[in-house]
Amino acid sequence: MMPLLLIIPLAWAILCILLPQRWLSLTIRAGLLLQVGAALLLTADVYVNGPIEYALGDWQAPLGIALIADGVSVTLISLSAVVALFVAFYAQSYLQRYEHEQTYFWPLFWFLLASLNGIWLAGDLFNLYVGLELLGLAAVGMVTLTGEKPALHAALRYLYAALLGSLAYLAGVAILYGAYGTLAIPQLGELLDANITTFVAIGLISIGLLLKTAIFPFHYWLPPAHGGALAPVSALLSALVVKASFYILARVWLDMASEINSHVVLYSAAQGLGVLGAGAILWGSWQAYKAAQVKMLVAYSTVAQLGYLMLLFPLAIGTTAVAAGLAWQGAMLHLLAHGFAKAAMFMSVGTLVLAIGHGKVNDLAGVSHRIPISLFAFGLSAVSIMGLPPSGGFNAKWLLLQSAMASQQWWWFILLVVGGLLTAAYVFRVFRISFVEKATHEFSSTSSTLDFTALALAAIAIAMGFFSQWPLSLLQSSGFQGGGL
Amino acid sequence: MMPEFTFWLPVVVVGTSLLAALIIFALPEAQQRTRSVLNIGAAVVKLAIVAYMVQLIMAGDIAETRFEIVPGIDFLLRADALSMLFAGLSSVLWLFTTLYAIGYLEGSPHRSRFFGFFSLCVASTMGIALAGNLFTFLIFFEMLTLSTYPLVVHRGTEASLKAGRTYLRYTLSGGAVLLTAVALFYGLFGAEAAEFTEAGGFQTLGEGSEVSLWLTILFFMFIAGLGVKAALVPLHGWLPVAMVAPAPVSALLHAVAVVKAGAFGIVRVVYNVYGIEFAWQLGVLLPLAILAAITILWGSLQALRQIELKKRLAYSTVSQVSYIVLGVCLFGPIGTIGGLVHLLHQGIMKVTLFFCAGNYAETLGIHRIDELDGTGKRMPLTSIAFTIGAFGMIGVPPTAGFISKWYLASGAFAAGMNWAVLVLIISSMLNAAYFLPILYRLWFKPQKQPWPDEQIAAARFETHGLLLWPVVATAVFSIAAGLFAAHAFSPLTWATLISVREYLP
Repeated sequence: MMPLLLIIPLAWAILCILLPQRWLSLTIRAGLLLQVGAALLLTADVYVNGPIEYALGDWQAPLGIALIADGVSVTLISLSAVVALFVAFYAQSYLQRYEHEQTYFWPLFWFLLASLNGIWLAGDLFNLYVGLELLGLAAVGMVTLTGEKPALHAALRYLYAALLGSLAYLAGVAILYGAYGTLAIPQLGELLDANITTFVAIGLISIGLLLKTAIFPFHYWLPPAHGGALAPVSALLSALVVKASFYILARVWLDMASEINSHVVLYSAAQGLGVLGAGAILWGSWQAYKAAQVKMLVAYSTVAQLGYLMLLFPLAIGTTAVAAGLAWQGAMLHLLAHGFAKAAMFMSVGTLVLAIGHGKVNDLAGVSHRIPISLFAFGLSAVSIMGLPPSGGFNAKWLLLQSAMASQQWWWFILLVVGGLLTAAYVFRVFRISFVEKATHEFSSTSSTLDFTALALAAIAIAMGFFSQWPLSLLQSSGFQGGGL
Repeated sequence: MMPEFTFWLPVVVVGTSLLAALIIFALPEAQQRTRSVLNIGAAVVKLAIVAYMVQLIMAGDIAETRFEIVPGIDFLLRADALSMLFAGLSSVLWLFTTLYAIGYLEGSPHRSRFFGFFSLCVASTMGIALAGNLFTFLIFFEMLTLSTYPLVVHRGTEASLKAGRTYLRYTLSGGAVLLTAVALFYGLFGAEAAEFTEAGGFQTLGEGSEVSLWLTILFFMFIAGLGVKAALVPLHGWLPVAMVAPAPVSALLHAVAVVKAGAFGIVRVVYNVYGIEFAWQLGVLLPLAILAAITILWGSLQALRQIELKKRLAYSTVSQVSYIVLGVCLFGPIGTIGGLVHLLHQGIMKVTLFFCAGNYAETLGIHRIDELDGTGKRMPLTSIAFTIGAFGMIGVPPTAGFISKWYLASGAFAAGMNWAVLVLIISSMLNAAYFLPILYRLWFKPQKQPWPDEQIAAARFETHGLLLWPVVATAVFSIAAGLFAAHAFSPLTWATLISVREYLP
């Protein structure tokens, strides 16, 4: 099943280039269903039988390429498959107005999915690098789709950030290879010494990944890129792409370096990562509150939400097993809930923008009457983003709060509570305007596919408030559970 | 078969409103009949299930839904006696408010949205009533905040948007405090202690001073978080501002949903988390009683100063809800009965008063008290209902309000808190001072000027039937709850049953 998850998207990427336009729609749908089916089968397999390893072409590591599917990777594979499914249906309807963009969107979409799956399944640092490079290129390509000047400008900034990030990452990986002679994460985990070389390597890798994840203060490239792209692109970028580099960061710190990460240098650095997260939450929320364009509001919201993920490091490193376990579950649940909710949010906002013709927050007056379902989808996703119950976002926040208590780190506890209020402040700006009766705009009609795909994703984020035990038990069944454990 | 069946009952009760909400959201604006049928149907089904669950409790069986939601923490809905008290109130009043709202909003825009969130609001209230532990309570408490906001800003005017903002500032901050308190409670005392049990989870003091210090701090954090919704002074600022909402929303806010959710939460924390005896030993009840007393007097004094009818009623709510809190703090079964029974009585009476205010506004365009001169002749039934509600608030026998005040005062004597009796007497005098002039204007002053904005002409009845009959019904309940207080199905009997269980573990 594992190679299929790479083969299907790659094959469909090529099909989308080769096949004539009129067959495209059906082909894409078939591919999506195959993709979701493969993801679910693999998930079931891992759930029942535990982690699975697969050596591509039967070349064993360290020579060959090993794919590893454990609880974490299948959870993420399912996340990307489901999000991609709904985004694709949304895009099929959304892109009808963008004839030219459509031809390039689909190949890039499948490449993006292939590289994501590659990253979730990769077992060594170099394959992660390859996946990251492909992902970055596909993502940048998608930002440029409209070919408008601001979009190209944003894409260029994104490209520089991605390349710089890759460079730093690759330098760190090279140092590790020079010192230990292997790049497989499990082997490195056993070999790693707490010395200056290792610290420099991990430092370089981390800086590269922070740049790619757009963690404050390296977030400068994200808002124009995510806020300027077409709605389905923004949804994919915010829900999935930035999560990939975070996932690698978590793997490096909690899996590869799990033996040495309570060393004082790494411990302090982990606290530093938490401080960056705090900065992201405060700065991102403030910028979202000030944003004039609704898509920029949502993009800055991503900057802020990524900050919560950073709390994983101070909460899980150098603390008790209980605290680390809670932090790991909380961060992963946050990643999932944010993935679903943010995709839904970008999609619903995209529909609103499509209907009024542009994206000023203050011009959203009257949308509650004209486009109620998309607004409702926005509302549901906002509940999860704000971390209010019932939602996956709330359960994630709850777990992080418990972790902060278990490790006696009160400052993170306060940050989590305050962060929720800040989020409410910017989200309700949109609601407030939308209840104003007097519409200042002509509304163009939009397809109901746009409404309902967004609603479905938002509903998943809400439903996770009741069924978060499922993904959490899947995460627990994996070998990799975070530091301290 | 039986246990599986009762497992689903609490979910079904919450689910009926939730499902109704979802279908209503999807309905096109014009399908008024379908929407009304759905609304009323869901309300009746809910009422029937609640009645059935009451029967189950009488037979000693408790319906319970429980599953793990995050590691170590259960999602728990449980139909115990206290939850049925609140669930019964909300399901009865929901039915009447729905009828009233259908009449009130006839022909106005955005009705799908309105009734959708209206149903969501009731679903959250039912969830609050049935929640079996603090975590589940918190879920529905916050859901209530979110589902009420669209109702408050429903009209979309500058004033209502401003009210909505104030409402959110207060309730979301309160929610954050409550979340902190609940999270700390789970972290310090575990999931077991956070489950609502009849005599409370803590039995005796003596686990060391640090524990009791934490419990005291947490208690006041709980009160601060819940007190925003219960409109305890100084956290009451949002309530009078929220008056710009349509009348059925005000009725819902003041009688059933938001304010009551706060008061009910305080009841839960005192009785079922801490346990009344333990809370008494901890010494946290007296400060809370003093806070409640201040709120009672402050609310009444402010009500005196208002010239708008709905604003006066709003401040009256501030004052009346704290009767419940005061009753909770009176250590002894009689005070408890007074507090619990007032939870119901205040709901029935306040809903009547708000319906009446809505009728005056909708029918004749009357918003200010000085415009009410001579309205008694033009709208006799509404004015009689208003009079009954007002007498109830003052505590004149044989209305429901008399029963509440009687038990509260006896409870205060029994608990040796004579000052509380004085507070009750002063407050009743203030109630009379702000309600009697209205009654005088209604019945004894001649009409001075033409009605400000007469919209519904007097025909067979004084106003639209759907506006009139719910008012008459709730007014009859307000009298009946007092007259037949000793009957087996009266609020008083039920409150007594609960109270007996709280004190006899």
